[in-house]
Parts: sequence; structure tokens; C-alpha cells
Amino acid sequence: MIPVSWYLGLAALLFCLGLYGALTKRNTVIVLICIELMLNATNINLVAFSKLGLYPDIAGQVFTVFSITVAAAEVAVGIAILLAFYRNRRTVNIDEANVLKR
Amino acid sequence: MSGAMIAFFILGIITIGGALLMLSLRKVVHMVVALAFTFLSIAGLFVLLEAEFLAVAQALIYGGAVTIIMLFGIMLTQHDDRDESRRPLHKLLAGLVSALFFLGLIILINRVPWPNQAGEPLFMENTANIGKELFSKYVIPFELASILILVALVGAVILAKQDKESPAKKEGDKA
Repeated sequence: MIPVSWYLGLAALLFCLGLYGALTKRNTVIVLICIELMLNATNINLVAFSKLGLYPDIAGQVFTVFSITVAAAEVAVGIAILLAFYRNRRTVNIDEANVLKR
Repeated sequence: MSGAMIAFFILGIITIGGALLMLSLRKVVHMVVALAFTFLSIAGLFVLLEAEFLAVAQALIYGGAVTIIMLFGIMLTQHDDRDESRRPLHKLLAGLVSALFFLGLIILINRVPWPNQAGEPLFMENTANIGKELFSKYVIPFELASILILVALVGAVILAKQDKESPAKKEGDKA
């Protein structure tokens, strides 16, 4: 029987690694992937509470289904934006995506 | 030390190890491959949590689709790109923010008295239960999710489409 706090600790560590990556990496694909990592960490939390919470309920898993759906849609749109950006600017570095600032 | 704990430790080490490898590798293709390990071991964690349907969905969608679409994104742009690092001060600040956030989360997790019940096998028919919930309680969110996927599909096609006319002309068409 694994305590729920272990899952929460693992998810917190994963979330913070994703946060660090999203803040420091320059390649847009890698930043997208780090955001996926953070979403995955929250999914672990949802599923852990679905089984080990105060009131175990399947709703946590249903939420995770929606979360995975939205994340997949987000990746598709993100890659499409990246391709359009690369076609216009010939770069994939996220700190050069500053057209709106100028 | 039960078998489930050993499995948890192995899967947790692969999860964190994949994420750390992703952060430390230089070539972007290698980073994505390291991330595939993380996604697959998270699927293993879902099996440990008796969420078999989600484990399979995780392995298919994240381990398969997301990884491959990321590789496509890399291959269609700068496929031999190396992630050159930012300024050290920037990295230090980001690391500090992440570490502080992690410490806060850990302190919070330790302070809450979690219920330590032996979870009864609630979800013997995991997939059937998810389906029942999805089509009884969560019908409207389900339909909204399908609309979201349709919109994302159309939006991705329109965004990624190679448009031949000049940007100025396109602006005129939209107006």
C-alpha cells in the first residue's frame, strides 16, 4: 500500500522539473514538451486521488481523460503554430518570437 | 517493502530520470526520446493506481502520438538543432523559482493528514465504469471535448498550411 503523499511528491518533482525546463529552454518544441510534463504531473495527482483520496471515485479518472484530450489538441495546435513561425522567421527559438512586442 | 513499493520506486526513478535526462541532453531529438521513457513509466504508475484504461491511453497518446508529433515538429524545422543555453543568471533564477515551488509543495504535502485507508478495489471494471460516467454524468463535457478536437484539427491544418499569396494580400482577404 503506497501512501498518497508519495505520488504527490513524485508529481510535484515532475512538475517542477517541467517548470524549470519551460523557463530555461529556448527551443519551442522542448518548451511544449515541458508543458506536457507539467500536465502529466497533474494527471498523476488526479489519478492518485481517484484511488487514494478521502472519497475514492472514478471521477478523477474521467477528468484525466479530458485532460489528456485537451493536452493532445494543444500539442497539435502548438506544432502547427511552430511550423508557421518557422516558415516566417527561419528560427525555432522561443525568445525570438517577439513580433508582437515590436 | 512490498512489491508495489518496489515497482513504484523503479517507475518513479525512470520518470524522474527521463525528465532529468531531457533537461541535461543537448540534442533536441535525444531530449524527445528521453521524454518517451517518462511518458511510458507514467503509464506504469497508472497501472499501479488501478487505472488500466488511462495507462493504455497514456501509452498510446503520450508515448506514441505526442512523441511522434514532437519528432515531426523537430524534423520539419531545425532537425539538427542544439539547445544552446541561456544566460547563467536566467538559469539560476528559474532554478530558484522551481526549487522554491517544489519545497513549498513538499511542505504542504507533509502538513496535510492524508487518509491512509486501504483502498478497496473500487474499479474492477475500470473501462466500463469510465464509460458509464462519461456517457451519463459527463455527456456535455464529452461533446465539448469532441468539438474542441474538431476545432483543433481544423485550426492546425489552417495554421500549418503553406499559403502561396503574400501576407499583405492575405490581410486584404480577411478584412
